[in-house]
Amino acid sequence: MKPPRFQYAAPRILDEAIALLDQHGEEAKVLAGGQSLVPLLNMRLAGPSYLVDINHISELHYIEPEDGYLAIGATVRQRQVEHSALVKDRLPLLIEVVQHIGHMQIRNRGTVVGSIAHADPAAELPALLTCLNGEVLAQSVKGERVIKAEEFFTGYLSTALEPGEMLTEVRFPWIPPRAGWAFLEFARRSGDYALVGAAAILTPDQDDRCMTAHIAYLGVAGSPIRARAVESVVIGTALDDVTRDRAAEISRSIVAEDMSDVHATTEYRRALTAELTRRVLKAAWDRRQS
Amino acid sequence: MQEQEEAPAFLEESDIAVIVNGHSYERRVPVRQLLSDFLRHELHLTGTHVGCEHGVCGCCTVLLNGEAIRSCLMFAVQADGMAITTIEGMAGNNSDLHPIQQAFMEKHGLQCGFCTPGIIMTVHSMLRDNPNPTEEEIRHELSGNICRCTGYQNIVEAVKLAAERMRAFQSESEMD
Repeated sequence: MKPPRFQYAAPRILDEAIALLDQHGEEAKVLAGGQSLVPLLNMRLAGPSYLVDINHISELHYIEPEDGYLAIGATVRQRQVEHSALVKDRLPLLIEVVQHIGHMQIRNRGTVVGSIAHADPAAELPALLTCLNGEVLAQSVKGERVIKAEEFFTGYLSTALEPGEMLTEVRFPWIPPRAGWAFLEFARRSGDYALVGAAAILTPDQDDRCMTAHIAYLGVAGSPIRARAVESVVIGTALDDVTRDRAAEISRSIVAEDMSDVHATTEYRRALTAELTRRVLKAAWDRRQS
Repeated sequence: MQEQEEAPAFLEESDIAVIVNGHSYERRVPVRQLLSDFLRHELHLTGTHVGCEHGVCGCCTVLLNGEAIRSCLMFAVQADGMAITTIEGMAGNNSDLHPIQQAFMEKHGLQCGFCTPGIIMTVHSMLRDNPNPTEEEIRHELSGNICRCTGYQNIVEAVKLAAERMRAFQSESEMD
């Protein structure tokens, strides 16, 4: 298993990388951490003619608190987020989610932005970004544009990125201070891609009832899914057992019909989705500050 | 790779300089050559094993600038200018085994030995970051390395023994 032939460039400046991507359009791919792309190359499931290695572009190496969101640049590794005092203090949910990605050796190379760009429906970060209603920044020779998570993930390993465009930043919105949050997933072995996962962020009102809810899933369809049907069940309630059971029942319908594969049947994924919904709602609600 | 003044060009081969186990090497490599194959085929450091070649088995784990990574998921050209430690770099110059290797030998932490180099490198980075891991932490950190022989029991025992000895060594050095 060896990668097919390709040509390689390692620019040090973002403008150069964008120019190279523009020259070759769909024939060119961005190489960041390589923890998804290199396996695809080794197995010859992908065969780009040109690889643009962005690891030397220092201007993309930042974790910055902004007004309303945490900005992470395209060369920041998952492990750096895991060890970031800023992230631990301001957005601990992100660390909890990142720790579910692969293994330590993978997170030492894999990037946050790369995971978003790869858009695996079973990956953690796309589901979190969808749950948070976050955004991404895409740049090309034509300029830059900001894309909402739910418009960015368009299907299995597919995104709204156009040929010649590069994902340079991901924006994770801050969570309201009193909100409770949780992320749970079920994988057969530690570090495997999860069969199903669920993220929940629940904000209580002054009467300690659920005022806003953000709930999203991975592994239930071709892209991560924010489940407004489930959210509407819990909003206005005190997250009692009956409510959580109802939410769990409704969450079954989030799982697409065609999700049976070698790992799990659709029916099994529905059962997992219901149980994870029950648990993630409880875990998130228990963490709220009322 | 030299500092590039001009706009970078696409290449099929590239000159790289790396430090592996303290030795400097300069080579011209095809850009598609995996770091694992570079170590084995170019430098003849065949202690780094290659199992699945898609990042699952952990056999090819090496340290890149001190961090454990999969050498099958990185191109040699990307390691230009970096320091790599492989299993060949673990024992001292006087051929004493590293305490982790010694503990694996004493506790029978291996049978066929195919996964062992990757596991040793993983354990090395684990004990540096966490010199006194619990059994749960050991098992969690080892989850990225697959062993088909041992059932892991003796690997965990070996890590515990290595950690204990390395801590004792550390506190002795501090007292000196």
